[in-house]
Amino acid sequence: MSRERLYHTDAIILRRTDFGEADRLLTVFTPQRGKLRLMAKGVRKTTSRKAGHIELFMLTNMLVACGHTWDVISQAETLQAYRGLREDLEKTSQAYYLAELVDSFTEERDVNAPLFELLAFTLARLSHLADIFLLLRYFELHILSLTGFQPQLHFCLVCNQPLAPTENYFHFGDGGMLCPEHGQARPHAKMIPLPVLKVLRFLQTQPWEKVADLQLNPQTCQHVEALLLSYITFLLEHRLKSVDFIRRLQRESHD
Amino acid sequence: MQLTPAPVTKLIEEFSRLPGIGPKTASRLTFYLLRNPADRAKVLAEALQQLHAKVTFCSQCFNITENNPCAVCSNEHRDPSIICVVEEPLDVIAIERTRDYHGLYHVLHGVIAPVEGIGPEDLRIAELLQRVRASDKVREVIIATNPNLEGEATAMYIARQFQGSKVKTTRLARGLPVGGDLEYADEITLSRALSGRSEIS
Repeated sequence: MSRERLYHTDAIILRRTDFGEADRLLTVFTPQRGKLRLMAKGVRKTTSRKAGHIELFMLTNMLVACGHTWDVISQAETLQAYRGLREDLEKTSQAYYLAELVDSFTEERDVNAPLFELLAFTLARLSHLADIFLLLRYFELHILSLTGFQPQLHFCLVCNQPLAPTENYFHFGDGGMLCPEHGQARPHAKMIPLPVLKVLRFLQTQPWEKVADLQLNPQTCQHVEALLLSYITFLLEHRLKSVDFIRRLQRESHD
Repeated sequence: MQLTPAPVTKLIEEFSRLPGIGPKTASRLTFYLLRNPADRAKVLAEALQQLHAKVTFCSQCFNITENNPCAVCSNEHRDPSIICVVEEPLDVIAIERTRDYHGLYHVLHGVIAPVEGIGPEDLRIAELLQRVRASDKVREVIIATNPNLEGEATAMYIARQFQGSKVKTTRLARGLPVGGDLEYADEITLSRALSGRSEIS
């Protein structure tokens, strides 16, 4: 049986680069086919019928033709434009972060439908929520779980005993928590205050509706954010470029 | 044993480094030049040499130019109270073609693209701020970056830098292209086109 020549797919555009005279090469994430690299021909011309439908971070339904090197987008129609995140610089920068995470944690053609759902869900919330801190942490913990890096937050990784409600330790290389006894013995294990551990557990296990109602003090927020970011950076073994931009915006808005 | 002489392979190699040119095109170009009279190659070589020797950036608007300041910046008939900010030198040419704009320009040489690692510090944004602050003539800054996400992010970033100053920042309107088709227009373009509609006089 010969391979299908055309296929329909929903896709979220993660990144794109200009290619040749008027073409663009897109990296998209799809529910049934995972991450794909697709060629969009002629979309840098003002009269292109596709251009407005394949902007970054849009959810688009597309018809794709199988090609030699790259599959080529032949039709595209926006399903969700997530306008809120286009009209706010902070949100745009956070959307870049989400897309960079998905791009870094996935391989081409690795199917991961739940991750697609998570990304679409998060982009939709990002575009209309005012406070996006918890949303981003929720996304980080869940992308870790969905890509096989779910940190163990309930038992000590050495002695397998449930963690006592005290100051426990997190070890990046082991991918989870250690009880005080084993944590102190391990170099590079990070001490985690109890409120931080509780927040992490809550984010990992509870549905978003409950997470959204959490009220946190700024210190815990900072700790959770820093811990997750350094754990992700440790796993990816490279710095996330979009984070530099987010930090810069935060610095400038405080000045 | 080498079948093709070294100068030939060298030129093929150099051609194939250019964007959009593969090894086949590179060798076709090389053999075309080889077959043609030597002065054609000489003219090309001279043009290439002069490219970097004679072209510099204008110290005011950072457009490419032979003379510093460039022809636009030194033209006293241009209106110094308006600066149009564009991404690339080619955008200046596009706007000049309209013959409707008589102000000055500022070329950023790129857009903010966090995932490619291009931040505001890699563009000529600081120079723009300094230029506007140093002059008491500038009343309006038109941000004419491309109407895509990177362009919008750059526009929002620049507009934010001018917040609280007397300078007005404006953005090019968005709407339907000539020769376009309503049926294929995306919702963002269409709704901008609707909100920016004008009366038929």
